[in-house]
Amino acid sequence: MTRALKYLALLGYVAFLAFPLLWLLSTALKTPREMALIDPTWIPRRPTLANFADAFAEQDLVGAGLRSLLVAVATAVITVVLALPAAYALARFRGPAGKIAIGWVLLSQVFPVVLVIIPLFMVLRRLELVNTLAGLTVVHVVFVMPFALWMLRGYVRAVPRELEEAAAVDGAGRLRALAAVVAPLLAPGVVATLLFSFISSWNEFLFALVILKDPEVETLPLTLVRFVGPEGVARLGPLAAASLLATVPSLVFFAIIQRRLRSGLMAGAVKG
Amino acid sequence: MTALAQRPYGRVGGARRGPWSGAGLPLLLPALVPVLVFSVGPLVYGILLAFTDARSGRNTETSFAGLRNFAELLSDGDFWESFRIGMVWGLSVTVLQFLASLGLALLLNQDLRLRGVARVLAVVPWAMPPVVIGLMWRLVYHPDAGLLNGLFGTHVDWLHDFSLALPAVIVVGVWTGMPQTTVVLLAGLQSVPKELYEAVSVDGAGAWRRFWNVTLPQLRPVIVAITSLDFVWNINQFSLVYVLTQGGPGGRTRLPMLFAYEEAFRYGFFGYAATLGVAITIVVLAVLGLYLWRQAREAD
Repeated sequence: MTRALKYLALLGYVAFLAFPLLWLLSTALKTPREMALIDPTWIPRRPTLANFADAFAEQDLVGAGLRSLLVAVATAVITVVLALPAAYALARFRGPAGKIAIGWVLLSQVFPVVLVIIPLFMVLRRLELVNTLAGLTVVHVVFVMPFALWMLRGYVRAVPRELEEAAAVDGAGRLRALAAVVAPLLAPGVVATLLFSFISSWNEFLFALVILKDPEVETLPLTLVRFVGPEGVARLGPLAAASLLATVPSLVFFAIIQRRLRSGLMAGAVKG
Repeated sequence: MTALAQRPYGRVGGARRGPWSGAGLPLLLPALVPVLVFSVGPLVYGILLAFTDARSGRNTETSFAGLRNFAELLSDGDFWESFRIGMVWGLSVTVLQFLASLGLALLLNQDLRLRGVARVLAVVPWAMPPVVIGLMWRLVYHPDAGLLNGLFGTHVDWLHDFSLALPAVIVVGVWTGMPQTTVVLLAGLQSVPKELYEAVSVDGAGAWRRFWNVTLPQLRPVIVAITSLDFVWNINQFSLVYVLTQGGPGGRTRLPMLFAYEEAFRYGFFGYAATLGVAITIVVLAVLGLYLWRQAREAD
């Protein structure tokens, strides 16, 4: 294939990937009048931030954002606290029980979420936790746990056993060896898992839809969906503005993980 | 403490390294408890519900129903329609996603100028909330304020048209799932040993032959893994399509999970919805099993 053709193909990809994003941005900056034009404009003629103000006025975005934040932080912390010792054990002790457990973690990904959400809903109802943020947090922990376990297990395995053993031989007990040697090396992986769990919870929609019934407890994805009513064009601007804002935390955290994942902290830790 | 220090990891003695040896059990317990309580428990409960007539009411009696739900499911025309749509969606999104991502990964693996921009763009959908992706594409497809009608000079209500809604939703599915697939395939491409390319270059093979005889066979395990995962994710998709169409128009985009959600949380048939979940699991496992078996045979 010639170089020109390759560039053409790459441009095609860039266009396909970028155009919905640019259209979202463009819609967020348009006046209702411009949106009603027959020929759509890419660049708003009179860019306005009014849609952002309207978005805050029309829906309780701040409240919903804070509730989403609360659930996502709680989910991330609880998941990692529960998963870290588990991941360590799964990585270090390769007996049949560990193998079965990790096999299950993989297999559980095949089951559709309905099979999980119905029993969880029934349990939460018995515990009077339906329609509460605590209930949603429990469900999110269940939802994120398998992948968090998988991620953390990978990070633990990347820490050479020899380092730990060397520390133990030097007279440090296992716990001291863990705290002094393993923990610092594991920190970036833990941060990445925390952020990943946060993003998963922040973005999650189906469980929130099932568990939360009242606007007073709604998380951000639910509030966003409520923008879409039969009201029509006039509300598209605020909708686009709110959608953009809701994406910011996920994007920022995702960018951080990307770098973290690549930071070669382990490079030279053994051979150095 | 001293016992631990003497035989740090049960390695020195070499006798017992099993999970039930002294040092292992206290550590493995925290591993098994979260897996059991938060993963095995709910799933087993969910699967058991498929064999009951559980309803959503607070004080309804639940009794064992045997295979009655499954019999009902097999004679439910709405289920079969949803199942057919789910398969069309699952297979076409997975295949298109794979082809599009493979092309992009091959381009990103070359020394081209726009690579940085494309790389960033290729990852963005990964981080976006599915709800936002759905809403964003509703803006693109919007009949009045949308982009497409102005671009093509048409007047189509894409997401409410009986024959266009499913293809329109499939395009969004492909857009959404491309990042993971591209990243995985790119990593696979980068781990293909350079010597292999050099060897066939000596033979005077063209770019196409190189791709067919070196890249594809080397990439095969990665391709099998990511397409299997994609298929599982796609067949279980809910949020994206719920936000785009709510399963409409007239059920034309009602994926199995949307059907199950309605049965469970609109009509209150918990047992029946769980049955649907079990049935989809069986189908997914059968499709994956067949696929992996064929791939393993061809690889020999």
